[in-house]
This record gives sequence, structure tokens and C-alpha cells, in this order.
Amino acid sequence: MAGIIAYGAYLPYHRLERADISAALGTGGGKGARTVASYDEDSTSMGVEAARIAVDAPAIRERVDQLYLATATPAYLDKTNATAVHAALALDPHVLAVDMVGSVRSGAGALITAARAAGPTLAVLSDIRTGLPGGADERDGGDGAAAFVFGAHHEDTPVLAEVLAQDTISDEVLDRWRLPGANASRVWEERFGEEVYVPAATEALAGALESTGLTADRIDHLVVAGLHGRACRAVGKAAGVRPEAVVPDLADKIGNAGTAQPGILLADVLDRCRPGETIALVVLGDGAAVLVLRATEALPARRPPRPVAAQIAAHGPALKYATYLTWRGLLDREPPRRPDPEPPYAPPSHRRIGWKYALVASRCTACGTRQMPPGRVCVACRSVDATTDEPVANVQGTVANSTVDRLAFTPSPPMLVVVVDFDGGGRLRCQLTDAHEADTAVGTRVEMTFRRTLTANGVHNYFWKARPVRTAVPDQA
Amino acid sequence: MGSHGIRDRVAIVGMGCTRFGEHWDKSVDDLLVESTTAAVASAGIALDDVDAFWLGTQGSGGSGLTLSRPLRLPYKPVTRLENMCATGSESLRNACYAVASGAYDVAMAVGVEKLKDSGFSGLSSTLVPGAGDDGRGETSPPANFSLLAPAYAERYGVDRDELKDVLARIAWKNHVNGARNSRAQFRREVPVERIKAAPVVAGMLGVFDCSGVSDGSAAAVVVRAEDAYRYTDRPIFVKALSFVAGPARGLAHPDYDFTTFPEVVASAEDAYRQAGVTDPRAEIAMAEVHDCFTPTELVLMEDLGFSRRGEAWKDVQAGVFDLDGELPVNPDGGLKAFGHPIGASGLRMMFEAWLQLRGEAPPERRISSLAEGRKLALTHNLGGGPGDCVSFVSLVGKELHG
Repeated sequence: MAGIIAYGAYLPYHRLERADISAALGTGGGKGARTVASYDEDSTSMGVEAARIAVDAPAIRERVDQLYLATATPAYLDKTNATAVHAALALDPHVLAVDMVGSVRSGAGALITAARAAGPTLAVLSDIRTGLPGGADERDGGDGAAAFVFGAHHEDTPVLAEVLAQDTISDEVLDRWRLPGANASRVWEERFGEEVYVPAATEALAGALESTGLTADRIDHLVVAGLHGRACRAVGKAAGVRPEAVVPDLADKIGNAGTAQPGILLADVLDRCRPGETIALVVLGDGAAVLVLRATEALPARRPPRPVAAQIAAHGPALKYATYLTWRGLLDREPPRRPDPEPPYAPPSHRRIGWKYALVASRCTACGTRQMPPGRVCVACRSVDATTDEPVANVQGTVANSTVDRLAFTPSPPMLVVVVDFDGGGRLRCQLTDAHEADTAVGTRVEMTFRRTLTANGVHNYFWKARPVRTAVPDQA
Repeated sequence: MGSHGIRDRVAIVGMGCTRFGEHWDKSVDDLLVESTTAAVASAGIALDDVDAFWLGTQGSGGSGLTLSRPLRLPYKPVTRLENMCATGSESLRNACYAVASGAYDVAMAVGVEKLKDSGFSGLSSTLVPGAGDDGRGETSPPANFSLLAPAYAERYGVDRDELKDVLARIAWKNHVNGARNSRAQFRREVPVERIKAAPVVAGMLGVFDCSGVSDGSAAAVVVRAEDAYRYTDRPIFVKALSFVAGPARGLAHPDYDFTTFPEVVASAEDAYRQAGVTDPRAEIAMAEVHDCFTPTELVLMEDLGFSRRGEAWKDVQAGVFDLDGELPVNPDGGLKAFGHPIGASGLRMMFEAWLQLRGEAPPERRISSLAEGRKLALTHNLGGGPGDCVSFVSLVGKELHG
């Protein structure tokens, strides 16, 4: 038996109320809200946040054998983005890390490939959905990520959802396309896509079900994902499943995160389904892909600590539309009168990969003091080269001091700066993100999050920031 | 092993200092020519009489050629050095030690900085290529120093509004002093209410809590103490020079609480020991301290031993450090009003000690503590920020063996 042995999803903290689009532009808009990646997030950093949740499950990290990062909005071309995720997760160097980049279908591709793989495989799906101001893609899009580890059953890493079947149909169809470098997609007339996708999806689903002995009306949860909303709704009706089995697409709460959307919706179903229930995931895009799963008895005990529903609820106050446009580079704002930010340099970044990407500090073997960044000479007893690695990415801390910097360069001023004292020792001065000035209060509990801190000279800088620990669900929802 | 100091072994016999401010019409070369020619003129010598030079600048030039080229110095040793905002003091320390060693008869310490040509607000800095994995380079200096204020308020139970008053009074005092200084960048008194109402830059700090960003240069001529009276009848004698670079422990270890600069405490203790000072508040006539931001000056009063721990804020409010107070601090206006051309600031501080000890400060800002029998002036200069800094303390006096 093989299937999903770990999973996680990541939704950004920020939401854009669709009504705010029409308030600003007099057009666009609609109901509900969509997720918005923060100014310091991209598909790589969100992928890391989702994948951290998956590989932090007991005994998973050391078992992962290969990693696929799927996104339609890669942070880099030519250079692999999955290696940054690999580094941030501190995976073994021999783990294959490659991108599946460019098409929205690559998300489904990564899932199916992982499901078919011989060794435990981490599929990371991440996307930022762009679109021109006032357009449907801006309104209907969303940002987020999801990650799944597929593998065989082991006693310490049981299968949480068994793969019963999968099938794909590949079809060269021009229903949505975007030239490299362009900010927005173009789409063909909707009814054309519907005519192509509905038969493809129903055929793939039927093909997959055939080998299982199941019929469509036995499916407990049907997830239909794709950027073609009209076709997705039609598949839900045409598939022959019970109407109550069709899973809501969450469009009103988070929008559609494209490449990541099937993963986010699947994670949400896994968060709440019962053992023994069947799940059919149908993804539309350049054909169709189908994955049929059955939840196992092991699922309830090994669900991740950050359910999708809780992340949907735990969002910040509504983002101003002008702020959204600024973050997306669609509103060219006056820069501060400060020196241009410095990009990271390649050799020091490579030398410090453990600290920079995975936040691995050091602990002195002589006096026990934890030190960050790691150093060869202990900050307390000055022992030389007497250290062991100490990962701190999952260690929480407390704000010991803080300030609000209104002069520093940041795409989203003012910069919130905190001095964090970590539980178990160690101190780091860093930025506070997904937060407001009130969150800088001394005593605030924080956790670390992987971010793209800046882009300079065409180089992205990835490093960790603190964010407030939000265990309680805010009542803004 | 020990820090023995060079008490009474060298003297400053000439000084020059440009006006600090926005010198849109002057280059680094112009500023260097101005300060060095003024310094040698005040010592009654020519530039060719100087045997060796130490030039401090943070980012306004590299190598000794920065000085030798504009001055057309004829094959003299020129050392260019940098130690962040304490660069000017560091050039003086090195020049003094060179003379004390016997290697040279006459040395010159020069500091210069041109900040205004960059077009940026605040300091620009030269960074070593890094990995972008250290938040220190991202924040602005006012943000770094603003961490002192809430920490101080919390530790000593000072109400934040009251602390804001204290910080504003420090800025007010330094503007009062700067208004009496023809070389200062800002020469207007500023009411406390206006200081408090200024736009916020970082944390509790407003625009008026920050030092001036300026261009300027200062220079000093150093000779052996026994030779001093050949150059001037009013030399000032170096009693102590102490410089320390900290272990940067405060940003790495949770035991640092942002209410002190351990580096300043260490350099002050060392300097007091070198000079034989046991009661700094009673023995020192005036102090020029590194008031880059108002909470820095507040904390320095305690680190330098002028106030008891937790009580500097009361001493500030009581006027202890005012021009006419018990221990005048920054009588020339300080970094706050005189301005802060990084490489020059340490020598600018010494320039005020030079003027005051020689009785050359203009009457409107002349301090009375010297007349009351105190003999020493202190300069303090730091670079970096809370938890991660370098610190310099000097003591000078107008009497040999005094």
C-alpha cells in the first residue's frame, strides 16, 4: 500500500477584499476575498512554508528521496527553485530537487509523478496568481502552496491516504496561455474550454475508477480544481457523484491559487474527512489528471498542526487595494531616499547555506550556549570549534526589544524590527512580518518564517523573519 | 599584559576644524586642505614640518593618497584608517601613540567625511559582500539606537511620556549650545515642544532626536609633551586614550538588556585608570560625548560614571549637563547640533576640548567648571550600535602632571 504519508498547506496572512477592487477602480470586484502573498513572499518561500509542515511530521524528513516544486510563477528561470526549498528543509544532499515550472498543470503533474514514484517523494505546489488590475484573474486568483509526501507504508510513517488509482489525459489545447515575462494570461472563449474539459475529466475519472471497482456515486469527496471555473462546475455535475460529495472550491474565501489549488483543496479535505472515505481529485488544465485516494485509520492522529480551515480564518485586516498593487509591482511608488539594498553574494550565501536557508544555529559543547548565527567561537565561553548544529527554525521565541524603523528600505514601510530571545537560548535581531506595530510589544510570542527579504540586482534574498504566533483564530473572519 | 596609557607623554599643540554642514560647494579635498592648514597654522608650523599623518574616514576615500594627493605631501607616511563613527578618535589615538613611541616628532591626526553628496538621508555605509542572512545591515542607525529608549524606560520604571521629555531636553540643550557655535550645522535653538512634535523616524525617536548629517573635517597636531611649549603657550596634554571593540555579544546573547554600552563602560574604566580619575563627575570639567541619538547621550551619562544607574534621566531634567550645569556635556552642540561627518566627529570633539581648556571658546558658551578648579576634559566617541559597538574615551588637560 502506498499513498500520502504527510502533507501541509500554506495560505498567506493577507486577504484582498474583492469589493475593494471595485471601490478603487469602479470595475472588477465581486464578493468575498482572495489570499495575497505578502511583499516578502514568492512561490519558493510559500512552498517552503507548506513543505515545512509536511516534513516536520515525525520521521518524514529523513525519508524523502526526491522533491518536485511545481509553480507557474517561478522566482527564477534557468536556476532551480526547488534547491532553495531543499536547502530550507535541510534535506539530505542526495535528495533530487527539481522544478516543474511554467504551467498550472505542473501542480497536478507533481502529485501524479509523486504518486507513481518508487521512493518517497515530496511534491510542493506553489503559486501566485497575477492578472491585470480590474480583470477576472486578479479577482478570482489567489496565492498559496501545498505539499505532499507520497510513499510506501512504514510503521513509523503510515500511509494517511492510500492511492487507489490515478489517470491522466494530455491534450494540447489553447484555452489559457501567457508569454514568458507577461504579467497576465490570455484565455479563449469559456464555452470552448468547457467543451474540451468536461469529457476529458469524466473520461479520466472513469478510467481511474474502473480499476478500483468503485463507481462515482461511491466517492465521498470530489475535488475539482482548475482555472476554468465554468468547466470545473460542469465536471462536478457531470461526474455522477452525489451532489453533497462535491467539495466547495473556497473561491469566496481564498480565491484560486492555480498550480497550488488542487493541493490546498485536497489538504482541506484530508484535514476533515473520516478514515475509509474516498476522495477523487480531478484537475483540469491541458487535459485532465485524476487521483483517487482513500483515507486510512492513521490519518486522524497525524494531521498537520496548521489545518487549512484555521489558516483561512487566521488572516490579517483587509489589505488596501493600493498596497496590493504596490506589492505586485503594478504601482510604481517613490522609493525612499536611501542607498539601494545590497543583494546577497553567491559565495558567502553558499558557505552559510545551513544558517541562511535552514536556520541551523550552533550550540557550544563546552558551556551549552546556543548561538545564532552559528560561530566558531562561543559567544559566552569563547571555546573554539566546540559546537554542534542546532536547527532553530521551529523554535519559538519572545520579543525582548523592538522598534519601528521608518527610515529603512522596505517594500512595505515601516520596517518592524524585533530582538527575539529563543526558547532554550539564543538571540536574533530580525524583521517581524505578517504583523502590525502592536505586535512588536515586548513579550510577544513569535515563530520563524522563511521569506524573500528583498530582490536587488536581479537576485532574490531568502532569509527568515519572525511572525507573531497566532494560536487563537482571530475574530475578523 | 596591561593597558598602560601614555599619560602626559604627548600634547596637542594645534587644531583646525571646518564648519560642519551642507558643503555643496566643497569637495573632500577642500575640507582636508581647510582643516589641516588651520591646524598647522595654529601650531605655528608648516605642513612639511609634520612627520607622519593618520587620516580617518569611513567612506570618503581610501588609502593615504586621499590626504597626500590634495595636500601634495612630499613623500610622507599617511595611514588611512576607519573604525565606524569613532574613526576620528581612532586617528588621534594612533597619531598620539606614534609620537609617544618616539618614532616621530610631529604627527597629525585628520578626520574627514562628505555625506551630503550621496543624496541619501542618513548615513551610507560600505558593506563587505555578505549572504543577506543577518538583519543588522537592513535597519537604520536611528532604529538601532532607538532600542535603548523603551529598554531604559522599562528597566528604571520611567514613564514613556516622561522619557520623551527627557530625550527632548537633551536635544534642546544641544541645540542651545550649537546656537552659540559658529561652526555648528544647526545654529538655532529649538523649543522642546517642537522637538517632541517632530515626525517620528524610528521607535520613540523623532527627527530632532537624531544627529545632523553633514560634511566636515578636523585635524590635530601632536608632539612630545616636553616639546609642547615650543609650539604654543597653551598646549593640551593627553592624559588617557582608550579604545575597545566589543565582542558583539549583545545581539547574540539574551543577557544584554539594551540599557548600557558595555564597551563604553570598559573604555571609560580604562581611561580613568590611565588618567588617575576616581570620581569622574567631580573631576571632569566638561565632556564631549557621542550623542548620535538622544537616548545614546542619556545612557552614556551612566556608562561614563557621570550619573548613577537609573538616574541620568533625573540629572538631565535637573540641568546637570547644561552649559551652565555642574558638568557641561557637549558644550559645542554635539553631534546633534554640530553635525556628524563620521570620520571627523572624534576630532571635532577634541577641538571643543581644545577651545575650552585654552579659554578660546566664545564667551556665550564658555563653561564655568574650569574656573572652579576642574582641569580635565573628556571626549567619548562610539561606532556601531547597542550590543555591537566600538568605543573610545580620552581625557585631556591643560596642565602637565595636573
